[in-house]
Amino acid sequence: MKLTDDITLRVAKLSGIRLTEPETAAMTRDLGAIVGYFDILNELDTAGVEPRAHILPLVNRWREDVVTPSSDRDELIANAPARRDGYVAAPKTFEGGGSS
Amino acid sequence: MSGKSVMGGGYGEYSAYTALELGAMVQSRQVGVEELARAALDAAKASNGDINAFITFSDDVAMSQARAVQSRIDSGDIPSRLAGVPVAVKDNISARGVLTTCASLILDGYTPMYDATVVERLRGAGTVMIGKLNMDEFAMGSTTETSAYGPARNPWDTERCPGGSSGGAAAAVAAGVAPFALGSDTGGSIRQPAAFCGVTGHKPTYGAVSRWGLVAYGSSLDQIGPIARDARDCAAAMTALSGEDTRDGTSMPYVFDDSAVLRADADALKGLRFGIPREAFETGLDPSVKSLALDAVDLLSDLGASVEWFPFPMFRHAVPAYYIIASAEAASNLSRYDGIRYGRGAAEPGLTLDEAIVRARSEGFGREVKRRLMLGNFALSAGYYDAYYNKALQAKTLLRGEYDSAFQRFDIIITPTAPTTAMRLGESLDDPLAMYLGDVYTVPVNLAGLPAVSLPCGFAGDGMPAGMQFIGRAFDDVGVLRAAVAYQSVTGWHKEGYHAAV
Repeated sequence: MKLTDDITLRVAKLSGIRLTEPETAAMTRDLGAIVGYFDILNELDTAGVEPRAHILPLVNRWREDVVTPSSDRDELIANAPARRDGYVAAPKTFEGGGSS
Repeated sequence: MSGKSVMGGGYGEYSAYTALELGAMVQSRQVGVEELARAALDAAKASNGDINAFITFSDDVAMSQARAVQSRIDSGDIPSRLAGVPVAVKDNISARGVLTTCASLILDGYTPMYDATVVERLRGAGTVMIGKLNMDEFAMGSTTETSAYGPARNPWDTERCPGGSSGGAAAAVAAGVAPFALGSDTGGSIRQPAAFCGVTGHKPTYGAVSRWGLVAYGSSLDQIGPIARDARDCAAAMTALSGEDTRDGTSMPYVFDDSAVLRADADALKGLRFGIPREAFETGLDPSVKSLALDAVDLLSDLGASVEWFPFPMFRHAVPAYYIIASAEAASNLSRYDGIRYGRGAAEPGLTLDEAIVRARSEGFGREVKRRLMLGNFALSAGYYDAYYNKALQAKTLLRGEYDSAFQRFDIIITPTAPTTAMRLGESLDDPLAMYLGDVYTVPVNLAGLPAVSLPCGFAGDGMPAGMQFIGRAFDDVGVLRAAVAYQSVTGWHKEGYHAAV
């Protein structure tokens, strides 16, 4: 298939990445070559073949529900680049006032 | 060669010894654990200007572990064959209180508050962690050039890459700086750098070693494993690492026992059935790497193994299937990086939440990571899911089927580890597809979840080391390492480059 800048920009948005114009062109070229090559998968007859997500013969695994100590709060948030009043600080999700 | 070689144990007086030799020296109290740890740290620091194998040195952790191990040894308690031996760990494996960057700016300054299970187990085995190793960013790359901390270099020729993504691990071991190291292997990231640096690297069966605390890339493919000077050291490390871990739902109740492996000699090859996939030797393989692998096959046959060629038609479909699956899983796994909870944020007032996240990701991820996240999201997106992602999962089923039928006739499958020797720095980054195709021998093994060890099999026309891999049945890690120890008991390739200690 042929990749276009439009597809590249849509996939960049899905990936949470902003590309400059030259980056977009380069990405369309690189991904286009990669995806073009990947079309050799179409040579395979996969009719009726189960898509195998996992290689181990595992379904659900159970363990006893045991209470264990949880993490220390200060230690947990120490890695956040911005903190306020013992919380991780982040930009507002919604604009405007009102109660939460 | 164009660069300089820094092989030969020039960085420290213990460079010439294997991990098991050092363990024996420490446990018989010929050398103190702290002295050995200090020497390893000094050697690692002295080497870093040449090979840039380390991102972080963990002096404090090392010295406190060393003191604890020494007092255990002094009281007659020797927790494992590797007790007292220094080890270095790839920087995508979490260690409490030690920077863990994945060689990415987006994790700049991130310090985990817990140890990965493997780090815990290494400590339990009495080893001493001296630092965190350079790698391709988030383990995405085959040269260690995508690191935000600059490329690692190959000790055999510092103008060449050490391979990747565990390039720092292979370089540190080859240079005699770390007696052994932990890497991770999603599509060859332990085996290919081991081959490029002339050392031995084992990718365990999927599920044999806990992934808890390994920063996720492709969760259905990722495995942690050892890189060392020889297969004996890899076996000793596997004994420390294996075992079920309830914190990793894919960890299996498998216990690796090194005793049969360490006893192996050439006799272990008698009657062993090796299969050689015909397609693996047909095209795209450097002629001198090919002839070295075939020399090894001849030697195995001379020593009483049976060797037989067989067709493996799925061979060329593994690279596309792998890159689709690994990238799709990466797109999902790496969606957690938002620059808010950890790492480097875009702390600029006035940005909306979305803008801040996009800014942090656009500035924090390098080019190759962005490429794979986008490739993964492409393969998962509406309209392309069936043609790419689902097709890749079906290819994976077919591939595993081909391995399963091959393993009804053979004990071990043998291929080169990589089609070339180590590339020159700067040679690979502009053609990602060509770089992906270089993973042709390693990625099928991850898709099928099998164990494989890469071991040195000679020096190619350019003077650089070449590697071959022994691939085994699922959970026959003992079988492949036993065969590797047997091969190394009659060959000297893995000893090249190390001179006697000062």
